[in-house]
Amino acid sequence: MLRFVVRRLLLLVPILLGLSILVFLWVRALPGDPAAALLGERATAESIEQVREQYGLDRPIHIQYLAYLRLVVVDRNLGTSIESRRPITEEISRRFPATVELAVASLIFATVFGIPLGFFAAKRYGGFFDNASLVGSLLGISIPIFFLALILKWIFAVELGLFPTIGRQSVEINVDHPTNFYVLDAIIALDPVAFSDALWHLVLPAIALGSIPLAIIARITRAAVLDVQNEDYVRTARAKGLASSVVDRRHVFRNAMLPVVTIIGLQTGLLLSGAILTETVFAIPGMGSWLAEAIEASDYPVLQGGILFVAVIFVLVNLLVDIAYALVDPRVRLS
Amino acid sequence: MRDRLKWLALLGGVMLAAAVPVGCGGGGGGGDTLTFGSASDPVVLDGALVSDGESLRVIDQMMETLVGLEAGSTELVPELAESWTASDDGLTWTFQLKDGVTFHDGEPFNAEAVCFNFDRWYNFSGPLQNSSVSYYWQTVFRGYANNEDDGLPPSLYGGCEAQDELTAVLTITEPSSSFLGALALTNFGIASPAALTEFEADAGTVDEEAGVFQPTGTYGTEHPTGTGPFKFESWERGDRLTLTRNDDYWGEAPALGTLTFRPISDNAARLQALQTGEIQGYDLVEPQDVPTIEGDANLQVLDRPAFNVGYVTINQAMAPMDNPLVRQAVAHGLDRQAVVDNFYGGRGVVAHQFMPPLVEGYADDVAQFEFDPDRARALLQQAGLELPVAIEFWYPTDVSRPYMPDPRRNFEAFAASLNRSGFRVTARSAPWSPDYLGRQQNGTAGHLNLIGWTGDFGDPDNFVGTFFQGPQPAWGTDEFPNAEVVDILNRAERETDIAARTGLYEEANRMIAEWIPGVPYVHTSPALAFEANVQGYVPSPVSLEEFATVSFSDEGDEEEETTEE
Repeated sequence: MLRFVVRRLLLLVPILLGLSILVFLWVRALPGDPAAALLGERATAESIEQVREQYGLDRPIHIQYLAYLRLVVVDRNLGTSIESRRPITEEISRRFPATVELAVASLIFATVFGIPLGFFAAKRYGGFFDNASLVGSLLGISIPIFFLALILKWIFAVELGLFPTIGRQSVEINVDHPTNFYVLDAIIALDPVAFSDALWHLVLPAIALGSIPLAIIARITRAAVLDVQNEDYVRTARAKGLASSVVDRRHVFRNAMLPVVTIIGLQTGLLLSGAILTETVFAIPGMGSWLAEAIEASDYPVLQGGILFVAVIFVLVNLLVDIAYALVDPRVRLS
Repeated sequence: MRDRLKWLALLGGVMLAAAVPVGCGGGGGGGDTLTFGSASDPVVLDGALVSDGESLRVIDQMMETLVGLEAGSTELVPELAESWTASDDGLTWTFQLKDGVTFHDGEPFNAEAVCFNFDRWYNFSGPLQNSSVSYYWQTVFRGYANNEDDGLPPSLYGGCEAQDELTAVLTITEPSSSFLGALALTNFGIASPAALTEFEADAGTVDEEAGVFQPTGTYGTEHPTGTGPFKFESWERGDRLTLTRNDDYWGEAPALGTLTFRPISDNAARLQALQTGEIQGYDLVEPQDVPTIEGDANLQVLDRPAFNVGYVTINQAMAPMDNPLVRQAVAHGLDRQAVVDNFYGGRGVVAHQFMPPLVEGYADDVAQFEFDPDRARALLQQAGLELPVAIEFWYPTDVSRPYMPDPRRNFEAFAASLNRSGFRVTARSAPWSPDYLGRQQNGTAGHLNLIGWTGDFGDPDNFVGTFFQGPQPAWGTDEFPNAEVVDILNRAERETDIAARTGLYEEANRMIAEWIPGVPYVHTSPALAFEANVQGYVPSPVSLEEFATVSFSDEGDEEEETTEE
């Protein structure tokens, strides 16, 4: 087991190195000159040259990459944002918790509603509920997130006044943010109003971001339950005279959950990319809205550092999932 | 697994339950608290180090300048200086300062403080000399005590002397009539010397890899200290920035006790936040949202006076544009009225000069060229050209500017009207930044191209001076200079008598209209949106708007107060 983990960790080195090169080149291949973007329409040829020189943009690309690598590896520094002039690591420490909080809320929403939806659709296979959930999940997958977000805001916030439309907390809330997970911070501060306010701000964004995972989870659950239902051991269990609910719970549901858990793990990447739109529409200061703004402003240190960070997180999450499998299923280690 | 699901279900239940008790009411508005939706977070709250509008909007509430602007106009009025006089040679400016003013940290405002600030800016070194950091100092005062870049000109700033407690004498190295007006820029707000020093306003490191200047002091992030009607309270980056009323303000204290700025980058999100009452106002309203806001009895639209110009550049370096007859034909061949009527949603007026009407020096009687295809064709024939005359016309993509919400549609309409007027237009386009701007500036964007300008401050020099005082490849004036126009602009810039100066700029505008270096076609009024019960907000052409005069009217205040304890 230890050898497996060590081997996977060592494999990370070339993966991360390759990733950093890829991100570095990708950012430089983007249209738009950061120096020109910085100066806007007031730029003159001289001032652009001045900025390029000062920002080291005039050096050969491999020199720029090596300087960057040294900065990241030796100084453990991801650079400085051109737009905000703040260190990128500082921005990440503030923004990443916002995105994680949103992603967790979306995943909870998707799981809590997706699994029962899929389960009951399978139990009523071919019936009205099944067809309705199929159509519903198809819609969930195909509606663009930003459109869904605007519609949700319009109905539940503008028309009904039930939820806020922007940010992570109301302006009248004042609590410290030691962790930057606002829900957690409210718990630490033992402030029930701040706690419910933070959750209240998460509802609509979580629904918008969770709609696609919900649809996927529902469909996978349905398919898995349909599969398992026809297994011999289920028939045997029924033949033994077990109550239908007990069969469902002990034999069908449990076994059907294996692929579902896998799928939930795979949603991480989807949630991170979906966060770009969701956070922008809900004005949540997380990783997604930050990267979106950086693209618009050609803030390439942010794109570089931010995307590298997100990619590393993605790789690490996958690693954790793999290790978790290895713990559960010995066959994984052999392959 | 079952346990985990139970746990998840419980959490979901808690979330839903939590949503219910807090219920409705956006919060943040009504009473003496106003929340404003900004397009982005400020960079840093130090006017000397920024040039972006969102930073300046916040700084402007806390900082005051020697000279101010009359609300809603570009007229200069006393602010921290009660009066001022210039020496006959225009090089020495004596400012009589207001008595009894204190900074937010309790330090007295006096002539020494004024000189401390000017000397600070003048002595900027290293990355602080980068034009992305101290853009406005460079625009107005050109250079520094020790220019570290050979490209920087010598400074206009000569020095500052505190003659007595309330008399500050500023000297400049050559006469400049735009100097006084430029002092009204928020960038030149006077900050507390004690706070600047204690919180290390100029300290910073330069990022090795990207070379970005990163302030390490806390002045601009936690302790901006001025004399203005609002004081800095707190700033949670990306979430909100809160100012509170300065109860010791020398003027009339603001009605608002708390002023909060929340960054919302998405336009649709800003509108929805206004509709729900989470914010009480926002700037940069999209033209297509104006009817929605006007149709809502709880909301109002405010117009910012036009302070920009959209124009078609004519590059004289590309034949046959050096021929005045051909340029006249272009002016007659552009159907400006149709473009303004069709693509500006009623927020634009046809322009005939390279500056908006409210700027001093705007002349009422410049030559105007109405849309007249027949006349245009006749002019081209008179120039000895065979019709149709082939020209390249460039427009930018991926951009929307207040003076040019949809460049492609402007281009299409103009191309059609030119094609009727004896030209044969070849369409060319490029992404705005950097391709299009680069081409436009170095004169490789065809015979004609679309561009525009939004003024930085209320001075004619900031418009016609920027365009025509020096040779620029964009117009082809490096090859075909107009010595008379350059001469009159130089004289106007040096003239310190206001009336004489205005006359010179008016004359310059008449000359430019005859010369036709390009064809101005639109001035637009950007819109702001507020809740209907917000009063006292006076839109300024240069976006210097004080929240100090803002209050809520009682009637129409249907805001539900949140009852959280």
